[in-house]
Amino acid sequence: MPESNDHFTPYPDHVLENVLENVLAFLHSRRDRNAVSLVCRSWYRAEAYTRSDVFIGNCYALSPRRVTDRFTRVRSVTIKGKPRFADFSLLPVNWGAHFTPWVSGMANAYRTLEKIHLKRMSVTDDDLAAVANSFPRFKELVLVCCDGFGTAGIAAVVSRCRGLRVLELIEDEVSDDYVDWISCFPADGPTNLESLMFDCVESPINFESLENLVARSPLLKKLGLNRFVTIGQLHRLMTRAPQLTHLGTGSFSPPEQPEQHEHHENDNNRVSDYVSAFASCKSVVCLSGFREIAPEYLPAIIPVCANLSSLNLSFANINAEQLKPVIRHCHKLRVFWALDSIGDEGLQAVAETCKDLRELRVFPIDATENGEGLVSEMGLLAISIGCRKLQSILYFCQQMTNAAVVAMSKNCPDLVVFRLCIIGRFSPDHVTGEPMDEGFGAIVKNCKKLTRLAVSGLLTDRAFSYIGQYGKLVRTLSVAFAGDSDIGLKYVLEGCTNLQKLEIRDSPFGDSGLWSGLPRFYNMRFVWMSSCRVTREGCLDVARQLPRLVVEVFRRDEEEGGEKSDFVNTLYMYRSLDGPRADAPRFVNIL
Amino acid sequence: MPPPLLGIDGDDHGHVSLMTSASTMESIFPKNAGLTERNYLGLSDSSSVDSSAVSGISDVKRSNLNLKATELRLGLPGSQSPERDPDADLVSAESLDEKPLFPLLPSKDGICSGSQKTFVSGNKRGFSDVNNKVSSCAQTTMINDAASKVVSQDQTHATFGNNNKVNTSNPPAAKAQVVGWPPVRSFRKNILATNAKTNDEVDGKPGPTALFVKVSMDGAPYLRKVDLRSYTTYQQLSSALEKMFSCFTLGQCGSQGSQSLSESKLRDLLHGSEYVLTYEDKDGDWMLVGDVPWDLFIGSCKRLKIMKGSDAIGLAPRAMEKSKNRN
Repeated sequence: MPESNDHFTPYPDHVLENVLENVLAFLHSRRDRNAVSLVCRSWYRAEAYTRSDVFIGNCYALSPRRVTDRFTRVRSVTIKGKPRFADFSLLPVNWGAHFTPWVSGMANAYRTLEKIHLKRMSVTDDDLAAVANSFPRFKELVLVCCDGFGTAGIAAVVSRCRGLRVLELIEDEVSDDYVDWISCFPADGPTNLESLMFDCVESPINFESLENLVARSPLLKKLGLNRFVTIGQLHRLMTRAPQLTHLGTGSFSPPEQPEQHEHHENDNNRVSDYVSAFASCKSVVCLSGFREIAPEYLPAIIPVCANLSSLNLSFANINAEQLKPVIRHCHKLRVFWALDSIGDEGLQAVAETCKDLRELRVFPIDATENGEGLVSEMGLLAISIGCRKLQSILYFCQQMTNAAVVAMSKNCPDLVVFRLCIIGRFSPDHVTGEPMDEGFGAIVKNCKKLTRLAVSGLLTDRAFSYIGQYGKLVRTLSVAFAGDSDIGLKYVLEGCTNLQKLEIRDSPFGDSGLWSGLPRFYNMRFVWMSSCRVTREGCLDVARQLPRLVVEVFRRDEEEGGEKSDFVNTLYMYRSLDGPRADAPRFVNIL
Repeated sequence: MPPPLLGIDGDDHGHVSLMTSASTMESIFPKNAGLTERNYLGLSDSSSVDSSAVSGISDVKRSNLNLKATELRLGLPGSQSPERDPDADLVSAESLDEKPLFPLLPSKDGICSGSQKTFVSGNKRGFSDVNNKVSSCAQTTMINDAASKVVSQDQTHATFGNNNKVNTSNPPAAKAQVVGWPPVRSFRKNILATNAKTNDEVDGKPGPTALFVKVSMDGAPYLRKVDLRSYTTYQQLSSALEKMFSCFTLGQCGSQGSQSLSESKLRDLLHGSEYVLTYEDKDGDWMLVGDVPWDLFIGSCKRLKIMKGSDAIGLAPRAMEKSKNRN
């Protein structure tokens, strides 16, 4: 409001801010927005006023209050919680990352909130009920790798959020509260659902309600079924929703024994019936599921293969012979996830057809260290030769050679993500006996766009010198059972100028290596070191030198006292604007 | 006769899978590494760690004590034996060939590198071959070096560096597997395991620790499965089923409040005459649940059904007769 008494009227400023706000409304990249906010106070205010999507990479980097104070008109919030090694049981249960303070902080401030996206957070049923009750315009809930809630919480959301468009539960741990949540959607009329994904919910589903729901969801494009949906039921759903673009196929096998109440199922459990179902779903571009696949049904998907851009067979225990008839149609495939049961031969088939492949993930069926190696350097090599546009790879294997990795570094210069896991720890190149230094060295050297790297196998400090020297764009680095001495860590912390996330386990890096990162830690999102050789004193030193760094020290198995060594079991540190967290459990020491 | 020190005695074929089950002790022996040869140092008078599980824990414990008493250790001098990850051995056996092990402990290089190639070139060679070619003390060192690569995370501390502060006292409990390695999400591991379990359940054959049976209810849109072995009384089973099926009797969902209400209502219904719990036994007959002792029940129950009371008339007497006949 203009102050007419004031000689220096704020008119020009207001005009400028209005113009700025209108312009900034078009700015979506958060990096750009962060830059804008640093120009001057006026720009800071304008940017804060116009930011509608807030991304919080570490829920403990700041308090909810700080977010709601700065950004007042937020429609979408993304929050990430636990460090990634929590996925591998390296973080004690009850460590934290609770969603509760966030939902209560936002409940008052963001009445118009529409979207919540959480990753690795602990979410309770009460939190979900609070979401359902606090945000009248709520539209999208995406929970990835979260836990702490159950079907009761889901039921609360679906029953009360009438405008719900997106409900995506991805790799969560969802407890079975024996609630028939799928029946809790508002009973009458069409829904606004565009995406419903519940692959990870490990409890039976009321199929009749589900079918009814799908039938009255004309906007539904993405449907991800859990393994309790049989192939016959899938067929029925597909005929109800031929407009689907993304389909998680559920179990993809017939029921174990026909049940009395499933009398309405197709009696002709023949592949041809399912083929026609897929043929009528012309828009499908993304297929996943296949949770308990009966391999003889896989050819049913052939009608959609030519249009598929993403195929996730990572729960399907199929071999190369079963894969080939299908994959040879997938010319447009960009994303392929599979189990190593397809073997090098299966990968060869992928390499021959999928010339546009951008992302490959090969998971191990047998994740033990002396397991049978079904894929090897041959498969990697074949992929590198056939799929030149590859950008992202995650590859589990029992044996590897430097030569194959070097070949990939040269054949696939667009690689952005390279994650190789040789399952046997300390495994050298199985042909030459050398460490895997040269292979990973070639990756960082030749793949100039590389931002994410995970290493494995026998690695000396030399590997880390390569990473430090060439990995200038690397933002995320994962290290396990590698290196010889502190120098290795020093190379990385001094050389990788863009490093944001560093996670290390079981490697001989100690205090002096850690200290070499002191100038960098404020620029990083977090550092994780477990079962390394850092001492409590060393960590204390870091905490003293960097007061804005929260330095958490704990033991994975929560043992107190009886210290067997001076080495810290787990160190997890991150910058924070609001000091150490108040909800740290007893076993976490914040230095 | 010098008992074997590294390896499994007698008629076993070098499989240590049985060893790994005794996970509370130090598991020293690799699986399938072919290290089945005799004790060449004659240091230990321990009995072999018996491969047969039948011999029982006490034998293993006894030999374990003796093993500790021997001077030969798989680890650096002055440290305790490392706990071994038996699953790691295959790869480690291959890696035992490799030169890169030795630069870590350069002082040992001179002794060992010459004989390194002859040490283990594959899984099949045993220590007897090695024995012929190297002196025992060098061998000790080589074993130390080689084994130092095949350690769990605690031993890693001892391997790398001179300040061996770790493992100077009691060794930590041996782990059969390294936690969180390989980095595959448990979600993904569990799912594949669930597939295997589902196949077992289909046949109705009980697994060693779980006994899943299907539970259906008239009018319910889907089945559930329960593990009968997770209950010890009829009361427990009944409460669990009430909880599972309450949402169907009243067709309600959502808040906790309404759920608990429906649970108690279902309990009333169950205890009243409206619904009864029945089961199909091995002979294919449907019986009322609760007539026979619990153990007998879980032994003969193939599936459960929550029936309307009116459908269940006439079941009770047959159950009594049957149990009499069995007795």
